Amino acid sequence: MNIVVCLKQVPGTTEVKIDPQTNTLIREGIKNILNPFDAYALEEGVRLKERCGGRVTAISMGPPQAEEMLREAISLGADEAVLLSDKAFAGADTLATSYTLARAIEKLRQTDLIICGRQTFDGDTGQVGPELAEMLGLPFVAYVSKIEDINKGMHLQRMVEEGHEIIELPLPAVITVVKEINVPRLPSLRGLAKAKSAPIPVWTAEELAIDIDKVGLKGSATRVVKVFSPQRVNRGEILQGEPEEQVKNLISKLGDAGIV
Amino acid sequence: MGILIDLDKCNGCGNCIEVCPFGLLELVDDKIQVKEGCNLCRACQEACTYDAILIEAAVEEVEVSDLHRGVWVFAEQRNGKIKGVAYELLSKGRELADTLNAELSAVCFGHNVAEASELTGYGADKVYLVDTPIIKGFEEDLYTAKFVELICQYRPEIVLAGATPMGRSFMPRVAARLRTGLTADCTGLEIDLGRRLLLQTRPTFGGNIMATIICSSKRPQMATVRPRVFKKNTPDKERKGQIIKLDFERGGITSKIKLLDFIEDLTERVKLEDTDIIVSGGRGLGKAENFHLLEELANVMGAALGSSRPPVDEGWIPYSHQVGQTGKTVCPKLYIACGISGAVQHLAGMQTSEIIIAINDNPNAPIFEVATYGIVGDLFKVVPMLIARLKGR
Amino acid sequence: MTEEQKTVRDLARRIAEERILPLRAELDEREEFPWDIVGELASSDLFRIFIPEEYEGLGGGCLELCLAVEELSRVCSGVAITYAASALGALSILEYGTEEQKRRRLPDIASGKRLAAFALTEATAGSDAGAIKTTATKKEGGYVLNGTKQFITNGGEAEIYTVIALTDKERGARGASAFLVEKDTPGFFFGEKEKKMGIRASSTRELIFRNCFILKENLLGKEGMGFIIALRVLDRSRPGVAAQAVGIAQGALEAATDYARQRIQFEHPIISIQAVQHMLADMAIEVEAARALVYSVARTIDSGAKSITEEAAMAKVFASDVAMRVTTNAVQVFGGAGYIRDYPIEKMMRDAKITQIYEGTNQVLRNVIASELRKRRSRQE
Repeated sequence: MNIVVCLKQVPGTTEVKIDPQTNTLIREGIKNILNPFDAYALEEGVRLKERCGGRVTAISMGPPQAEEMLREAISLGADEAVLLSDKAFAGADTLATSYTLARAIEKLRQTDLIICGRQTFDGDTGQVGPELAEMLGLPFVAYVSKIEDINKGMHLQRMVEEGHEIIELPLPAVITVVKEINVPRLPSLRGLAKAKSAPIPVWTAEELAIDIDKVGLKGSATRVVKVFSPQRVNRGEILQGEPEEQVKNLISKLGDAGIV
Repeated sequence: MGILIDLDKCNGCGNCIEVCPFGLLELVDDKIQVKEGCNLCRACQEACTYDAILIEAAVEEVEVSDLHRGVWVFAEQRNGKIKGVAYELLSKGRELADTLNAELSAVCFGHNVAEASELTGYGADKVYLVDTPIIKGFEEDLYTAKFVELICQYRPEIVLAGATPMGRSFMPRVAARLRTGLTADCTGLEIDLGRRLLLQTRPTFGGNIMATIICSSKRPQMATVRPRVFKKNTPDKERKGQIIKLDFERGGITSKIKLLDFIEDLTERVKLEDTDIIVSGGRGLGKAENFHLLEELANVMGAALGSSRPPVDEGWIPYSHQVGQTGKTVCPKLYIACGISGAVQHLAGMQTSEIIIAINDNPNAPIFEVATYGIVGDLFKVVPMLIARLKGR
Repeated sequence: MTEEQKTVRDLARRIAEERILPLRAELDEREEFPWDIVGELASSDLFRIFIPEEYEGLGGGCLELCLAVEELSRVCSGVAITYAASALGALSILEYGTEEQKRRRLPDIASGKRLAAFALTEATAGSDAGAIKTTATKKEGGYVLNGTKQFITNGGEAEIYTVIALTDKERGARGASAFLVEKDTPGFFFGEKEKKMGIRASSTRELIFRNCFILKENLLGKEGMGFIIALRVLDRSRPGVAAQAVGIAQGALEAATDYARQRIQFEHPIISIQAVQHMLADMAIEVEAARALVYSVARTIDSGAKSITEEAAMAKVFASDVAMRVTTNAVQVFGGAGYIRDYPIEKMMRDAKITQIYEGTNQVLRNVIASELRKRRSRQE
């Protein structure tokens, strides 16, 4: 099975705040990490490869420093990795990102399955997976929580609000996975050694035979016009006293509100 | 086009470096340089006191056709029952449509959707109904194809859908097929009337930062909206609207996915989204068994049982009870958070509740910032007392 | 340290903190063998460290092994000894096995698929190893084993056992031989799992041989080499035990320091009390010294030194005594809380004790060191 896993390098924390006085963002010395949800996607890809043979290719669209994260992917079991990096790709929204990823995946060998994490830590949209499927003209299932059978097409479990569905999905296809699907492994010593010396090609816009109007900021249909801190109204009252007093007070307030 | 540093004005103070959320600015030979990846959010421009940062947005290709008019709401349903988020979106959509002086339409796919006619009561001028057994269950390919067909035919300027698993799964496909913009998980929607733009506000960085987004040169402007963010109005049963029944021809569309089975999670006896009272537990509970204590409280109050993420990750309670960024969004009359610290990702799922009660032994827990009433104490003492007193009434 | 050594240390630390730490209290409480964690160690290639490349290992040396054992012990020495005991079992095959024996068994040990163990001790033969009674009687095509081994780490869980048994009672020191015995061999049974003071995640059992027939291909080395093999193999694995002790001590030191920083008495954290500071300082000095000695001995072994008996013994004696002192003082720093099982520190003290006892009691090893000292001085004259 030829598997492609789409990975993104994100800031290592969501603890980003806005300085109320200057209305500007404050970022506290953050390390970049592999998007936590993508770790599950990578793990599932590697497990599938171990189960039925094949290759796992990790792919990422990002700045040059994302190469570090792709090396980490190799130490975790990916056979190879490719970085899509070019000034032209910058400022992309999910539409432009999925277009770029799609062209890159087409350049690889024939792919059977493309796995994405359910959303990113920073963007939180969860849109690249389905949009990528659309760009490639492939069937798509989101929120996969288990891959059961891989004999004729795939039998998977998809998580929905009230429980889960069993779906049959022919390959090739695109899926996004949720964290309930597995527990990502830690790197292996051989993986770390391989990752250190693995060649990670960087594909630019030129190498991808891409329509330059469809990538980066130019190719984005949406853009950010403002960022600000969420309003949090502190309307709280801390009830004082011993637990008995607190509870009595609370119930009386709930009574006033018509709840009890 | 893009971001430019005016090297004459830049004095290398570095203020902008600190505020870039993506860490893309650096000092090189005492002047600022911008690394790849800038998406022009303007945080640095605002921080610069020397006006040294120039940001030019892309030239707006106005492909917007004047022919795009109207606000659409995708009315999601399951098993013939319309989801609450559809009514919430129609209520908000009515407001948006009125501002734009445009029509509000609901679009509904399913089979035997009895409540479809009620959509007009919530503000829809038209209801496009595709009612056929072929699309009884949710199949991305069929929904996508039909919705794209309708959008191309009727050309709405705005399309809204609930940010539910279904919405977040097939709306991106529709947007990609139409090559238009989609903003996920919106918590705020406004209209810029001058440019006939939908201003879409959504949380990023787990909810720590809010971003406002526009889709200026493509149509329709699409957005998915979190359930229970907007309130649904009281329906006006007298309100009249047009129900337009549409055919569905499977013909050209091949749905490659096959739905084999649906297995319900039966542990969630009282539905989180529909109850007035939720009793919720967090890491402070310590172990799985302690959820029994909260269950007892929930039973006494006729409440549903909820959880923050850590207990679900530990396996103390199933995922269907999880409230938060990657769980459910709830907006009950009363939310009681026991042993929950109040991480931003959890607050994202419950902070619009009418009354929030927090019980936590840590006085600095962020949950107290949103709680209406807070009790700093040992939940294992407070909750039993609460149960005893409530039983006594 | 080389890059590779740092990689081993960092990876072992990650595994310890992310996969072992959440489970250690439960493993200790339930005396459960950590199969899942063994699986994690295996998939991270940690078992490959002590196997040469030609047998699917990574060809690491003594220092790499010590680094891994130390990091695992810092979090749970019960898990660490499970790992180290397998290394001990593998070492006998590595040093004395034929090509065939090595090729048949080492790859599975390297992949973590099968664990190894080493069996010398018996009820009547602890420090007095020469007093073993288990016999291996020569028969057509092999040997028949009869007897019982006691206190064997990984007993019952390992699949490959190196067993020292008497082939010729009359020949004294040359009367024993080493054998490889596989788990499901007929006539090979296990006793009940021992209930221990510490390292409770580790499985310790008796090995019972009742007319257990093994093929002559299972003889390790030559007949009569049993004690030589045992002595040499134990010598070379002593630094591993010493590393285990250093790890335990390090974990205790960190826990005690963190506790002292946040425990408020008399309106201040107790770490601001000089008495506590001096205790912690002494603990830190000892851990550092023990570590330096262990690494130095490991490097000496890796450089190919032939005779390392004395140094290995010193490292083990010193590090294990340090571990006992440091963990005892760490419990003291914790005060009353240190006595409560909800806190991780009493386990560390219970775990430390065994390092002074197994793989040669510190008393026997002191004899060895004194004897080497005496020999060396008399050679000078």
